[in-house]
Amino acid sequence: MQIRSLAAAVFVAALPVSALAETPLGLTLKDHKFTPSTIHVKAGQPNVITMTNNDDTAEEFDSSSLKVEKVVAGHSSGHIRLRPLAPGKYPFMGEYHSATAQGVVIAE
Amino acid sequence: MLSSLIIVFREVIEAGLIVGIVLAATKGVLGRGLWVTLGVMAGVAGACLVALFAGEISNLFEGSGQELFNATILLLAVMMLTWHNVWMASHGREIAREMKAMGAAVSAGQKTLTALAIVVAVAVLREGSEVVLFLYGIAAQGGQTTASLLLGGVLGLAGGAAMSALMYFGLLSIPAHRLFSVTGWLITLLAAGMAAQAVLFIQSAGYLQVLMSPLWDTSWLLPEGGEGVAGIIGRMLHTLIGYSDQPNGMQLIAYLGTIVTINVLMRVVNQPRPIPAAAPNAAE
Repeated sequence: MQIRSLAAAVFVAALPVSALAETPLGLTLKDHKFTPSTIHVKAGQPNVITMTNNDDTAEEFDSSSLKVEKVVAGHSSGHIRLRPLAPGKYPFMGEYHSATAQGVVIAE
Repeated sequence: MLSSLIIVFREVIEAGLIVGIVLAATKGVLGRGLWVTLGVMAGVAGACLVALFAGEISNLFEGSGQELFNATILLLAVMMLTWHNVWMASHGREIAREMKAMGAAVSAGQKTLTALAIVVAVAVLREGSEVVLFLYGIAAQGGQTTASLLLGGVLGLAGGAAMSALMYFGLLSIPAHRLFSVTGWLITLLAAGMAAQAVLFIQSAGYLQVLMSPLWDTSWLLPEGGEGVAGIIGRMLHTLIGYSDQPNGMQLIAYLGTIVTINVLMRVVNQPRPIPAAAPNAAE
């Protein structure tokens, strides 16, 4: 396991700079709720959100306005790449628990 | 219950519409029921596998595994649909003729069934894995709401299947001689929409970062998703003809490029050949 994560670290370090040039914005899911539920991003440039799912079950980060559908398995994390956005509000939700898992990206 | 009904309904409709078009496009071809059933079953089995390994798939390729996986199976479907249409362009006439002759086994059409079974399988696999993950989440939670959520899932499945059946029988009401040209166009648009969707996945994976700004925004008129009737219609059109409320430039290029490519290929193989094909007509 240690070797694997070490290998992963080396692999990540070897990534082209462009792949994750933007500082990833943190987003955590716990008890089917997003923290923070409001994410501020700069308009006009690509952004990356790193979503960490601390629940036991998978969740799909879903936003029709952001054009993103991304499954993040339970107890793991995933990168969500956002296209350069025009200023505005872009709601998102956890599709499998949309009653509680709600959030919004604000581009400004 | 409503949320599970909507999720399952939505996913079933997306896969079901594709199955309906495939069934209509293969009308009269012997053994199509078997192939389509095999395709659905392979898709369901694949969906369970994908759901099981969702975490692992997602972590591949610098965390872009899911996006690239989706793009790959969409492009596979685009190729299979293209091949079907091109093949039909060169053999469609004889199939239509044999259908009129009745009784003659249209075994020729079976070649294209493999391609379409693959399309069915990947459609079911893509939409099905989301349903499996969702239902698994319900089952894992347990509690009193499980039964009502599962009931919602079953109702969603029935509703989605009914809509797909409507689509299928609607297509069948088209006169036989026009049916193949209608399904041909439907499959062309289906493929174009899938190609545009694949572009979006590739861009989400961090590649092909050009022409990414939306060209227009019609989400106020017909949103591509979300709840409500407009959302469901938008979603259906998204599946059927690749409707997008905020398409970007690269998607439009992929969309139009696929339509042009399929039509050019169909025209090329359909060129009147100087020998046998034209001979019977000349004799008449």
